[in-house]
Amino acid sequence: MALADPVRRAIVARLSRGEATVNELAEPFAISKQAVSKHIQVLEHAGLVTRSRDAQRRPVHLDAAALERMTAWIDQYRLIAESRFRRLDQLLAADISHQESRQEQGKTEEPK
Amino acid sequence: MNNATTITADDGVPFVDTVREFDAPVSAVFKAHVDPDLLAKWLGPRNAKLNITRYDATTGGSWHYESGHEDAMFGFRGIFHSVETDALIIMTFEFDGAPNQVGISTTTFEEVGGRTRIVAHEVYPSVEARDMALATGMNYGVVEGYERLDELLA
Repeated sequence: MALADPVRRAIVARLSRGEATVNELAEPFAISKQAVSKHIQVLEHAGLVTRSRDAQRRPVHLDAAALERMTAWIDQYRLIAESRFRRLDQLLAADISHQESRQEQGKTEEPK
Repeated sequence: MNNATTITADDGVPFVDTVREFDAPVSAVFKAHVDPDLLAKWLGPRNAKLNITRYDATTGGSWHYESGHEDAMFGFRGIFHSVETDALIIMTFEFDGAPNQVGISTTTFEEVGGRTRIVAHEVYPSVEARDMALATGMNYGVVEGYERLDELLA
């Protein structure tokens, strides 16, 4: 479950903007560099990221196929936002019809 | 009636702008944003839990909720900077998984031809924080998508 952890999801999100060193990846988190290294190992094992063997800084790269999936996630965000708003539409529609039916009842109960 | 949602997240700036119209009066749309019982009916992901522990939507009030599944609940919290009934909500938001990365959202409510338009402007502390929030669904609990991806990768 490589992406079950929010830290690993955040690391993948950061890498979608370009390569980064372990130090750079560790920066936003309140956890040790060692803990971040372990998360990167899990992502490496899952084939989501690779690390350059030759360079001194050994930057972490996001796998190209994983990057494509990232784009799909941003689309997913749009879908989720839309589904929330449609639930709100339904809630508001139910509220209005409830009020209208109460008004109708009020009218029929009025003495003529 | 299909009310399109416009979400803009331009490169290089840490903003997310959302515009949406609703077929309801401003007062009803506003109430659905400040009443925790109503909020719980639409904000959370369909197949996930949304546990609102605090939602005092008044100027200076605070909020906190948890979203997710039994084995992975994620906390979010913030304060209401300004709340003007039927007009404006300015609030901060922070994901427990990214401590001290505090965003600010400004949502305005206005009547447009008998309908209600909401315009939300979210400001994140950095472009990276914004992209993390978008990609990880911090505010929207995009848990299902990741679980499907995990299944794909397993």
